Amino acid sequence: MTPELKERFDNLVQQNKILVFMKGNKLMPQCGFSNNVVQILNTLGVPFETVDVLADSEIRQGIKEYSNWPTIPQVYINGQFVGGSDILIEMYQSGELQQMVEVALAS
Amino acid sequence: MISPQQVEEMIKVAMPDAQVQVQDLTGGGDHYQVVVVSSQFEGKGRVQQHQLVYGSLNQAMSSEAIHALALKTYTPQAWQAASQVV
Repeated sequence: MTPELKERFDNLVQQNKILVFMKGNKLMPQCGFSNNVVQILNTLGVPFETVDVLADSEIRQGIKEYSNWPTIPQVYINGQFVGGSDILIEMYQSGELQQMVEVALAS
Repeated sequence: MISPQQVEEMIKVAMPDAQVQVQDLTGGGDHYQVVVVSSQFEGKGRVQQHQLVYGSLNQAMSSEAIHALALKTYTPQAWQAASQVV
């Protein structure tokens, strides 16, 4: 990965408290897994930003390497990689996600 | 396209002690749901646990032979606890 691309990712995940790399956007997710994550965050009623990986092939390939994670969606909270759709669902069901999001938004 | 047996074998190469359940969600051999129970998950967070499994399937995932993988990982203790609830 080029240093420029890495810096782009660093900036994105640091400048947004809750950031989702996904296929499509909040209004029109283009994949069921991305849709799961959007629905969970909507249910929590928290502000979050999204990056559409389908709109940028450099980001689409690069984010997999950046996170060492082969699938989309990918969720970052407070600059930290939290996981994909399966992990978000588990964390939502256990209540961990609500806690993590509250801490992130309060910081 | 990859068979459920191949998915299980690839995971077991990386994690010989793993118990693996593979479910082909669409019958197309590219959308899988996988449950993995292994002592190698002990002391690791969810992200690291999933990274271990993804790592074992790296080639199939990056070539997109596997298009989608729903993943659940358990340590043997966590699996026992989860099965008792069910």
